[in-house]
Amino acid sequence: MKERTLTRLLKLVFKNYGWHCLIVFLCIIGSAFATVQGTLFMQSLIDDYIMPMIGVMSPNFSGLLKALLRVGCFFGMGIVLSYGYQRIMVNVTQGFLRDLRNQLFEHMESLPIVFFDRTAHGDIMSVYTNDIDTLRQLISQSLPQLASSSITIITVFISMLTLSIPLTCLSVCLLMVMVMMSQKIGGLSGQYFVKQQQEVGKMNGYIEEMISGQKVVKVFNHEEKAIEDFRVLNDELRESSYQAHKFANVLMPVTVQIGNISYIICAIVGAILALNGYDALTIGTLVSFLTLNKNFNQPVGQISQQINAVAMAQAGAQRIFHLMDQQSEVDEGTVTLCRVEFVDGKMVETNRRTGHWAWRHPRKDGSVELVEMKGDLRLENVDFGYVDNRMVLHDVSVFASPGEKIAFVGATGAGKTTITNLINRFYDIQKGTITYDGIDIKLIKKDDLRRSLGVVLQDTHLFTGTVMDNIRYGRLDATDEECIEAARLANADVFIRHLPQGYQTMLSGDGASLSQGQRQLLAIARAAVANPPALILDEATSSIDTRTEALVQKGMDELMKGRTTFVIAHRLSTIKNSDCIMVLEQGRIIERGNHTSLMKEKGKYYQLYTGMIEMD
Amino acid sequence: MLKVLFHQIKEYKKDSLLTMLFAAVEVVLEIIIPLLMAGLIDKGIEAQNMNAVYRYGIFMFVIAIGTLSLGFLAGKFAAKASTGFAANLRDAMYTHIQSFSFSNIDKFSTAGLVTRLTTDINNVQQAYQMIIRMCIRAPMNLICALAMAFFINRELSLIFVGAIVFLIFALGIIMFLAMRYFNDAFPKYDDLNESVQENVVGIRVVKSFVREKFEIEKMKKASSNIYKLFVKAEGVLAFNNPSMMLAVYSCILLLSYLGAKSVVAGNLTTGELTSLFSYTMNILMSLMMLSMVFVMITMSLASARRIVEVLQEESQLVSPKNALKDVKDGSIVFDHVSFSYKHGGVPVLRDINIHIQSGETIGIIGGTGSAKSTLVNLISRLYDVDEGCVIVGGQDVRQYDLEILRSSVAVVLQKNVLFSGTILDNLRWGKEDATLSECQEACRLSCADEFISKFEDGYNTYIEQGGTNVSGGQKQRICIARALLKKPKILILDDSTSAVDTATDASIQKSFEERIPDTTKIIISQRISSVQNADRILVLDDGIINGFDTHEQLLQNNEIYKMIYDLQMKGKEEA
Repeated sequence: MKERTLTRLLKLVFKNYGWHCLIVFLCIIGSAFATVQGTLFMQSLIDDYIMPMIGVMSPNFSGLLKALLRVGCFFGMGIVLSYGYQRIMVNVTQGFLRDLRNQLFEHMESLPIVFFDRTAHGDIMSVYTNDIDTLRQLISQSLPQLASSSITIITVFISMLTLSIPLTCLSVCLLMVMVMMSQKIGGLSGQYFVKQQQEVGKMNGYIEEMISGQKVVKVFNHEEKAIEDFRVLNDELRESSYQAHKFANVLMPVTVQIGNISYIICAIVGAILALNGYDALTIGTLVSFLTLNKNFNQPVGQISQQINAVAMAQAGAQRIFHLMDQQSEVDEGTVTLCRVEFVDGKMVETNRRTGHWAWRHPRKDGSVELVEMKGDLRLENVDFGYVDNRMVLHDVSVFASPGEKIAFVGATGAGKTTITNLINRFYDIQKGTITYDGIDIKLIKKDDLRRSLGVVLQDTHLFTGTVMDNIRYGRLDATDEECIEAARLANADVFIRHLPQGYQTMLSGDGASLSQGQRQLLAIARAAVANPPALILDEATSSIDTRTEALVQKGMDELMKGRTTFVIAHRLSTIKNSDCIMVLEQGRIIERGNHTSLMKEKGKYYQLYTGMIEMD
Repeated sequence: MLKVLFHQIKEYKKDSLLTMLFAAVEVVLEIIIPLLMAGLIDKGIEAQNMNAVYRYGIFMFVIAIGTLSLGFLAGKFAAKASTGFAANLRDAMYTHIQSFSFSNIDKFSTAGLVTRLTTDINNVQQAYQMIIRMCIRAPMNLICALAMAFFINRELSLIFVGAIVFLIFALGIIMFLAMRYFNDAFPKYDDLNESVQENVVGIRVVKSFVREKFEIEKMKKASSNIYKLFVKAEGVLAFNNPSMMLAVYSCILLLSYLGAKSVVAGNLTTGELTSLFSYTMNILMSLMMLSMVFVMITMSLASARRIVEVLQEESQLVSPKNALKDVKDGSIVFDHVSFSYKHGGVPVLRDINIHIQSGETIGIIGGTGSAKSTLVNLISRLYDVDEGCVIVGGQDVRQYDLEILRSSVAVVLQKNVLFSGTILDNLRWGKEDATLSECQEACRLSCADEFISKFEDGYNTYIEQGGTNVSGGQKQRICIARALLKKPKILILDDSTSAVDTATDASIQKSFEERIPDTTKIIISQRISSVQNADRILVLDDGIINGFDTHEQLLQNNEIYKMIYDLQMKGKEEA
């Protein structure tokens, strides 16, 4: 599991930055070569250059200068190469993090609504910052370090073999002990790093939720309690973070000292062998071997310093991949939406904006059938539950002919919003069928299905950007004039013009500076500019005052003209003129008909409606 | 700036100092080990003396174990000190944020505060750990090596001094340049976080409008902004290592040449030259460590600044000294109140004058954006007035202890928020130690009991973040119950029955009248039916009082009210 996370991560790095990594590797070899040249020169300096000059009357330094120039060139090369690979690694690291963030986000956008319902918002946010950050050190430092250390280990290993095979075996055995210890401690540290990252995520989630709901915290004097709960999380995080770092910090002293012990053991065993004349080991080779033993253990110590980064990255990567591996929304739809025009009474696909749409239905035999998009929506015997064993809708059937206005009425929690969530396939039904112009919506590509439905949701969400940007969200290529026209239709124009910068006023924090009603007006404008063939209005005017609503209503009627519309509203006055009203109770349709027929029926609808009169 | 930060080390000072102490002793032992290695070779192996080999071996072994223990302790205390310091910082920040007013929070944005509390603190934690582990070690190594070098040959050692001066300059310039980029880079993290947050929260909108591609493009912009700035910043830092190498290699070359001259001239022995070379390596290693610390500090300074910004932010709404601890009754007076959200901005409330008796039921009605919510938010002092004053229970709200004031004024906000946890958990926000029967009682008052008791898990039903698994109307009724549990002197319902059906709405109102007659009730609503039974109704229009009277009087005298009434009645009469 652990292995896999890391290999998967490295594969990703090499896949995207293979060439960079190769160049970096070559640079590292080059710079290691320069270092070796320096060491060799220093070894020969005294014997080859200085000794011959001692006692000479007029010593000639030109030979030394030449050698220095040569080594200086190698040094220069080493410096340039070292800068080169570090500079490239900056691009690789940051580029990889950027790509990963984008990829993750792209995947997140494809996840089903259920995922977002069930995961704390801040926890998701943490993946993009805290978890991805854990990879930075791994890529920028650990990987190059690993490469250069491996080069050293291999060269030293070969030199050791030429000096003494038994002692090499001994060194390797002790190295294995070192590696095993590193693995053990690194594993422990890694466990806690995983915990740490989870707790960072949890904390992120808590903070995000609390600060977003700060108004409620304040009006309930809940600051103390909020701090108390926070402290519990903070303490857990501190503890796991402490454990993780403790083990990571211990790693280096352990490996370095095992290295020293290895040196001692080799020295003693070597001395015994040499003094007893075994294995043709001379004192001179033993001394050289011991130097090599030191050089052999050193890079392992350097690598172990990076274990910290590796363990941390592993923990971060685990959470990243967890998000990455979430199942995307399944979309097996093949039917798409396209523009058509009528030529001699026949439908032909076109790129022009004709105001006519059709479903492009590819058949198995390769032919393509065009079905005119009219807005005929049918739910037949639909059962649905958010969890499989608890149904919230039972045997719901709704038939909406093109251009009809269908209203859902019922007590809160009766399942009105749920029905609309099924039509745009935020959730999939357990039983029954939903068809759109005779096509099962499961056959329609989700994007095209949703594009054909304009939605004003119960909870309005606005995005950071200008008011204009937010309206244009409905249709990205809408001109300013079209946006303003839509705002006028939604009766939002008046208040927008009163804002400090009018349509260019910046909104942030989900439009926090606007009142709830104003936000709804913007949401209506947004849906209007989208100009969709069908509409779903879920409590679209619930926070709008009656006077404004009356003004908006005109615009809404305009908007609904000729479009199949589903409306949910508490104020029965706004849905009275619907073609069909469905009365829902506990997930079942108990009455259906238009206003007049329902009033005659004197059932639930009548009660609801007259209930209002009584109250007045 | 750092003073504010280090103030939070608190109880971890001891651990920090212990780390430094252990690290210092560890350095001393580490300096001994190479000497022992040399001894083992010279006196043991080369002298072919097995006893000496054993002696040195055992001695080295003991020192190695000693170093190991010290390293272990230093590492452990370093971990404890740095993680503890980070926890203290988080605690201090979060506690401080709790005292923030909304304008304070807006200044940083939610996403910004989240990044500061996690990412930035993590950066500081890493840097702190590095500092306490290295701050004694590296300089000690450096000084020891330098001293030994000077001891051998003063003139040649000046080369090292030159190299160190060069490095200080080079690293200084690198730090200065990189800091500028890092300071710009971290705010981009906030943007990224906000982008993710918006998408997670508003995913239904994104999906409904099929704007995934659009959002992905936006995200790409945010992440490539981070990329650009970090590449610039770290690109500057990439000069760090090469300048170190430049210094060290120059030392070696100069030392080789000048050293050779001295040896030839007889001022230096070859052995001394070899030692000088090995000290070059020592100096190199300690400089390397220092430069690592330095990179960490550079990166974390930007984060530290962002943390201190939050810690030093002064909350704009604080309880006064000698604050009043008791709210006498539920009377409310607005005396010439004007208010704007941005100081000096367009006033949203102008010259409001109202007197409300304790126990009265007041309805507020008015157009979208007429500042109804703003008006009631002033009562619990969520914002401060620009002019005039708001008087509750006979005293200016600014005289009260904030906690006392807000526990006497219960507000059911228009934008209801439930928190993840059970229904009971959520209810107990109103009263921490409320018993189940108290909660049930409150829920009966708000007509929430009827649906909660139908849930499989009843009051222990788990609510998802934002309350996505209950309907809007259910959410509102739970929120009302939550407010009722506070047993407030003033109860404010800010359009909080908009998603509740009319029959339930009526029965909630009725139970208020019967069960909490002494509480001042302020009801903001769009529906005439919700306010018409109030003692008086306030008609707000664009931040100005348009009328304040009983239903009957307003019907006769107030045009706006009459118009709303007619609009709402029209439908019903036809029925």
